[in-house]
Formats: sequence, C-alpha cells, structure tokens
Amino acid sequence: MSNKPVNHAKAAEHFLEDAPHLQFHDERLWDMRQKRDAQMHILPEWQELREEASRIKEHTLSRLPEYLEQFEENAKKNGIHVHWARDGAEHNRIVGEILKAHNARNLIKSKSMVTEECDMRPYLAKQGVTVTETDLGERIQQLDDQLPSHIVVPAVHKLTSDVAKIFAKDYHTDPNIRDPHLLAEAQRQAARPVILHADAGMTGGNFVVAETGTFVVCTNEGNADLSATVPNLHIATIGIERLVPRMADLGVFIRLLSRSALGSPITQYTTHFRGPQKGGEMHVVLVDNGRSARLGMEDFWTSLKCIRCGACMNTCPVYRRSGGLSYGAVYSGPIGAIIDPTFNERKYSTLPYASTLNGSCTNVCPVKINIHEQLYKWRRVLVQHHEMPFVKREIMHMAGKLMGQPKLYRAAIKATEVSLSTMPRFVLYNWLNPWGKHRENPHPVKQTFNDWYRKNREKAEPAAAPETKK
Amino acid sequence: MKIGLFIPCYIDAFYPEAGIATLELLEKLGQDVEYPLDQTCCGQPMGNSGCNSDAAAAEALFVRNFAKYDKIVMPSGSCTHHVRDNFDAIPQTDEVRHVRENTYELVEFLHDVLKVDAFPWAEFNHTVGLHNSCGTLRALRTASMSELGEKPFSKPMDLLSKVKGIRFVTPRRPDECCGFGGTFSVTEEAVSARMGVDKVRDHYQAGAEYIVSADSSCVMHQQGCAERAGVPIRFIHIAQILNGAAQ
Repeated sequence: MSNKPVNHAKAAEHFLEDAPHLQFHDERLWDMRQKRDAQMHILPEWQELREEASRIKEHTLSRLPEYLEQFEENAKKNGIHVHWARDGAEHNRIVGEILKAHNARNLIKSKSMVTEECDMRPYLAKQGVTVTETDLGERIQQLDDQLPSHIVVPAVHKLTSDVAKIFAKDYHTDPNIRDPHLLAEAQRQAARPVILHADAGMTGGNFVVAETGTFVVCTNEGNADLSATVPNLHIATIGIERLVPRMADLGVFIRLLSRSALGSPITQYTTHFRGPQKGGEMHVVLVDNGRSARLGMEDFWTSLKCIRCGACMNTCPVYRRSGGLSYGAVYSGPIGAIIDPTFNERKYSTLPYASTLNGSCTNVCPVKINIHEQLYKWRRVLVQHHEMPFVKREIMHMAGKLMGQPKLYRAAIKATEVSLSTMPRFVLYNWLNPWGKHRENPHPVKQTFNDWYRKNREKAEPAAAPETKK
Repeated sequence: MKIGLFIPCYIDAFYPEAGIATLELLEKLGQDVEYPLDQTCCGQPMGNSGCNSDAAAAEALFVRNFAKYDKIVMPSGSCTHHVRDNFDAIPQTDEVRHVRENTYELVEFLHDVLKVDAFPWAEFNHTVGLHNSCGTLRALRTASMSELGEKPFSKPMDLLSKVKGIRFVTPRRPDECCGFGGTFSVTEEAVSARMGVDKVRDHYQAGAEYIVSADSSCVMHQQGCAERAGVPIRFIHIAQILNGAAQ
C-alpha cells in the first residue's frame, strides 16, 4: 500500500467540479443534519443523554480489559465462540479458518467498517470465498469497487443514475431507470437467491454487552438479520471498543444512535444476538487493530467513544463539499481525520488539515468527542513528527520569526501594500496563488491602522518606539 | 480601567476602518484606551497550523505589549479564542495568565463588561445578515448554536438591535462555517472558496444588503468570494455599525 500522503485538496477540487453530484451530496447530508436537529428538539434530555453516553464510554474504556474478559466469559456460557484478533491480518486469517472448517464458499454480510479496516474481501476472494454485501449502499460500493464514502450511507455520493448504470452492468437492468424503488427491487431480486444459498453470514456489531455476553446489531434494511440467521454459521466482527458494561446502559445509546445518524427515532431493526440458533454456530471476532495503542494516546483516546453514527460527517461543511472518497481512507469526515492518522501517520497526515476547525462536529457528536480539538492537536503532533510538507513548515517558521519583530513586520506590511496596488492582475491571480483562484484579493488601503493611529492619536511621538530587546 | 487595544494583522493591513471604529467606539463609551504601536500578531496562524513553537515570538511580544493593561480588547473572535484557549507556546507565567484571562472580543466586552444599553449615535438603514464566526459562536459562545438546541441568545444581535433603522434577515444555514479557516483558505482553496460562495449567496438570497460580522478574517474571504462570483452584497464590521457608520 502506498505511503504517499493523501491529496485531499486535489480530490476535493475534482469533486467540486461536478455540480449535480455536489449539490445532491451537500443537500442530502444537510437534510440528515436537520432531521437530527428535529429529533434533538423533541427530547428535552438530549444533552443529558450525550453526557451520560460519554461517561459510560469513558468508564468502559478505562476498564476495557476487565469488561472484555467479562464479555468473553459470558459469551462462552451462551455458546458463542470468541476469538481475539490483534490486527487485520489476524482477523482475516481467523475468519478464513472458520469458513474453511465449514467448507463455506459463499459468505453474505451486512455492513461492517471493521472488515473494511481489515481489507477482508480481497483476502477471502483469494481463498475462493465469494463475499456478497447485503446492505444496499454497501453492495453498490462493492459492485463499483469503491470504499464506502460514509459510515452510515456508504453510497451517498452517488445519484440514482449512477446506481442504474452499475446495476445495468451487473444485474442487466435498464440503465435508464430513475426510480429508486425499481433499483431497490432489482437489488432485492438479485440478493435473495444469494442469501438463500449462502453457507455463512457475517455481521458487525454496534454494541457489545459485557454482563450478558450478547451483542446488538442495528440496521434499517433487515439485511443483517437475514445474513445472521439464514445460514447456520454466523460470524460477527467487532471492534474491542464497542463494549458497554450493562444491558441497562444500552438504552442511552439506542436512543442516540439513529437520531444522530439519520434523524429517525430508532433503527428499523435493533437485534440482540444472544447465542447460536439451533444446530448453528456463532463466532465473535474481537478486533484490536490499533485500538489498544490509541487507548494509550493521551490526547486521542476518547476517539474510541465513537458509535459510528456519522453525525459529524453530515454536519461537516468540508465533508459535504468534498465527498468521503476524497479522504482516501476507510474512515472519512471529521472522525476519520482523527482516527486515520493512528493507522498511518504519513499517509493520512493531510487529513487533520482538511478542516476549518469550526467545531460543529464536536457539538453534534452524541458521545461528546472533542473532534475539532483533536484535529488541532493532531496538527501539532504531525509537525513534531515532521509530517508537514517542508515548504509549509518553512513559511510558518519565517512568519513566526517576523511576527516577533515589530520593525521588520512593519516593513513587510508596506511591501505587501505596494505589491497589492502595483502588481498586475495576472501575477496576483496566477496558479501559484491559491487565494486568487476563486477569490479576489483584499483591496489595498491608503494607510494601515498603525499609520492612522500614529497620525491621529500619537502626534507627540514622531517615530516608532524603539524595539524592545529580548 | 486601562484598556489595551489589539488590532489583528489583517485588520491593520486591509480593514483599518474596522480598527478605527473599534477605537472610536470605545472612546465614545468613555473608555481609557491605548494602542501599543509595536504589536504584530497573536500567534494564531502558527498555532493553527500545528507549528506551535513558531508562535512563541509573537506570543511573547503580545504579552510584552499588553501585560500592563487591565483589559485587552480586540475586534476579532478568532484571535481572542487563540489568546484565551491556545496561547501556550510560551511558559505560562503570571503575566501570561493575566493577559489570557483579561482578553476580550469586542462584542463580549461591550455586552458583558461594559453592559452597554444604547448606541444613540448609531443609525443604519439597511437590511443585514449577521455572520457569527466559528470562533465567536462555538469557542467564545457569544451566540447560541443550532447544534445544541439551546435557548436562543445572541450578544451581537442584542447590540445591533439597539441601532436605529437596522433590519435583519436570517440565512438558511446561519451557523455554517464560511470556509476561511486561516491557512485552510489556501491549502484547501477549492473547498474554502466554495463554502464562501455558498455563504454569501445564502445571505444574499435571504435579502441581506450587508453581511455584518465581528470577524474581519471571515469577511476578507467572503468579500473575495462575493466579488469573484458577482454576488452584489456589501460587508461591514460590527464595530462600524455600532460606532455610527456612514450610510
């Protein structure tokens, strides 16, 4: 895998060139944000719920090993096989071995961001296993060979016409279909036989309950329930941070999750998995893949509170105008920009800069992750680790020096004024000058405030005060 | 109470009228205000880029300039946010803490400290849309934010509504960031400019003749976007309206 820093700015520029897609993407996600606001206004206890959810998660994370072991013990009592995966490779190997032991060649699965992290599908394909995504958006992305662009609505960057083209290629439907219902029906017709003949089913897990040894999967399409229950073999891949201690804690999160994500009171299906069905087998693979290391990062460990609702993406004005794929990572948007660098600092060093630090993300987050403050802190870390481009680093170094020297600074201001008023337009607005590409420069002024003050308030003082020595 | 006036670099260089209005307004309100001539910058551009150690010289100079004042006032939300919340490139001495704790953005100073209840000299017969910078909205909390569903409040609106003749309109997405974001405006220029155009169009379509803001950095960016895209809307700093701007 390439280690080259993701060029978010360039990918975003490309995204912005396509007006119909841009407008749909921005409006669709903004609509989700507004529906979320409406749900918030219905619940007077919204802020208390956020606070409570944050506290439960912080408590759980602070005692993660104990709760994980409690879950393992109780899950085993329920007849669930529990596996531990240190990283993506180990996860894939475990899943591959389970499938092999059952001679399973056809795997149906519902959405799981962890399997994207582990890059599981290509691994299983090499083992001769056919993996079929059953979530509509995820299936569209699978057919189009793209990462999900959003953690809840993975194909939100696509228009109906894009989906019609993809389905026409794979399902031989009419490429000119513009009715989303017809496309959904085409997917249903194509998916049902695959589901009915699958050897194994895979789901993720939204919440894992330590005291009961059970887990909960939330979907809107019911595809996770089909994936988990039609075949006799159910494998659930779950990140180790998805724990809550007690069943009683769950209500707080179930109330927040779908309201924050889509602005609906609850997901259509909220299924508790308590053990294998009669004659079946159930496996849970608990995946670390960098989470323990993140838990040890003083400024960034609270990113593990995330319940993957996508509210930060929906509200992010940068994400809405650049699309999830522009982040070049499994996780996009504000939460992606603070998680991705923990996987690969160099590759994702540009992502904490793909933000204006406006702070909207932090304030919609149902578990109160201080996302924009972590973006700010990541920038400091990246500079310290020499992951900022040299030129940019030098510019800031020079600027910092200049700002400490008032006399030099005054001289520089004069030079800027002269250049703004005398430079020909083509010099100011050439491709070397990003400010001027889509914006006019500020207008030159006759005198700076500093000059004005000297003339109008400091008449007694002829020249600048002498520079104070350090 | 002795007030030190800080005029951010982009106001000094590009919007001196906003600085002059701030000074005149504080003087009209009977305040004892001084502008230390050797000031440059608060350190925010370096801090926001992650180059925090490079902010040290600017921060040290800032403290040298302002430690002697009881209160430090500046017509900028984002600079106030930097001084108050992120100003840590230099050792946190008593002097530094004094400066950080006594730095105010102009609107909050007028509203919370001076508790100004009238601007008898001010009249502005125009329809305006208020732009709250993200620094004022979500860091300084001078207005309620839509994300929290809290009881609506707005310190800038409280002040502006005391101005004779002024009319307000509300854009569809009042709390959406305009896309300036400091160096973001250059490193992510395409997204930044698009956010800026969307912002000025939103105000224009709501019927605003002017966008008024307590942050000239947002204005510098929005004005550039509006001029390039041909959106006929004007810009003004809140200090200019409260000081009785020429119509």
